[in-house]
Amino acid sequence: MENTAPQLFKVTIDNIEVEVAPGTTILQAARQIGSHVAPPAMCYYTSLKGTGGKCRACLVKVTAGSAKDPRPMPKLVPSCITTVQDGMIVENTVNEQVLETRKGVVEFLLINHPLDCPICDQAGECHLQDFAFEHGRGTQRYEEERRTFEREDIGPYIQLHMNRCILCYRCVFTAEQLTNKRVHGVLNRGDHAEISTYISKAIDNDFSGNMIDVCPVGALTDKTFRFKQRVWFTKPVTAHRDCEHEKCSGKVTLWYKGEDVLRVTGRKNEWGEVTEFICNTCRFDKKKTSDWVIEGPAKVSHHSVISANHYEKKAIPEFGFKQAAQQYKQIDDLPVQLPEGEKKPVGIVVRPDSK
Amino acid sequence: MKLTNRAKQIDNSPMTVAERLYIPAIATGLGITIKHFFKKKATINYPEEQRPFSSIFRGLHVLKRDEQGRERCTACGLCAVACPAEAISMTAAERKPGEEKLYREEKYAAVYEINMLRCIFCGLCEEACPKAAIFLQPDKIAPAFVDREQVIFGKDRLVEKMDDRATTGIQKYTGVKS
Repeated sequence: MENTAPQLFKVTIDNIEVEVAPGTTILQAARQIGSHVAPPAMCYYTSLKGTGGKCRACLVKVTAGSAKDPRPMPKLVPSCITTVQDGMIVENTVNEQVLETRKGVVEFLLINHPLDCPICDQAGECHLQDFAFEHGRGTQRYEEERRTFEREDIGPYIQLHMNRCILCYRCVFTAEQLTNKRVHGVLNRGDHAEISTYISKAIDNDFSGNMIDVCPVGALTDKTFRFKQRVWFTKPVTAHRDCEHEKCSGKVTLWYKGEDVLRVTGRKNEWGEVTEFICNTCRFDKKKTSDWVIEGPAKVSHHSVISANHYEKKAIPEFGFKQAAQQYKQIDDLPVQLPEGEKKPVGIVVRPDSK
Repeated sequence: MKLTNRAKQIDNSPMTVAERLYIPAIATGLGITIKHFFKKKATINYPEEQRPFSSIFRGLHVLKRDEQGRERCTACGLCAVACPAEAISMTAAERKPGEEKLYREEKYAAVYEINMLRCIFCGLCEEACPKAAIFLQPDKIAPAFVDREQVIFGKDRLVEKMDDRATTGIQKYTGVKS
């Protein structure tokens, strides 16, 4: 009988071998290895079908197409929409050409992007900020006038800053796939392309708030959180509630400042992607601690500015306590004679975080 | 470890007759005292006389205005996150139509407070500021206070007055005035 079990493809990314199922993209294979080899992605979004291939942030070099045809691919390929072949060899961070190209990609994405990070509410959790910081040159050669738009109110909850948009189309796919009627999209072509609603229509769908989460930049921001607080002064806490909406997962991150919930967002994974979307009731109307079941502080990478000045209770690493307990020596400094048969008191290590 | 050559070996041997007279020792001591009468004084008559500031002195903070008198601060929070003493706090607000002459950007600091007891005058806020708004003045010392209520400096004491502008500002980095 023929073996019908799906064969795994062997792929080498940055000299690290990984076995993945056929049909996996290079980006997903790299993400399976870890964040140190995964290419950056600005437009690709795992939970939205059809995304990817637009921003060119994830370009990689394929030095061998497959085991059967080991010729290199002539040009850099977008890893988010290129599927792997058996025996494919991919170079991402080890390839000079890729790194150089990425600097160019950053420069292109920033051509019309305003330098208003000090004002923008997305600053601190902005993918474009991270991308430019990690892969950019730090300078710009563009001298022409940037295209500018007036900021637009699309519905009562969402603010559209078209200036900041990088045209990744994520919000369009979100509206297309999560809601049954999309009322916004990309108008015009080329340099004139812009995200907008047709004749200033308001977006009032139950799931429209997810556009804020999927937007990699600050083009779509939460109006209820507008200028309330910088992201890194708020404290993320994971929580959930039973939402009546059948499509809503009810799993969120609450952003606290003191006792107040300033903002509710979907939970983002380590790639900054929301996998379980939430409805607008959860996002905009439930801003009391009593509405939620708190699970605990959200995990924030210590590289992120959001973790700045947030001190965990366990400031001393665990091994410090273990070592202290191990090296503890009983000192016989009790001059008092103990009565016959009574044991000497036992020393204990008290942890400062113990209750 | 020997740091200087000034250390003297302690000698506990019995004193000679000349040493026991003490008079030469007293004369030597008085000689040192009289010598100091004719030396330059180490002190000055503060506050009538004041010492010049060092060129890199970091004194009282100022929140600068631009050449049109608009507040430069946009409440981005970078000074507060850079502050190692966590002395800075702020609340942002959105600029209303008609306030364009007051604030430079569409967001501004409605409340901006520095706790002067916490501040260590390290100047990291000045370095972090992307809008060239906060500067530590090289010619002003933070005033003394006698009450804890006076310690928290709000915008009323930090924002530069248009008729008494601070000597420091963006020219420190660019050479351009204001």
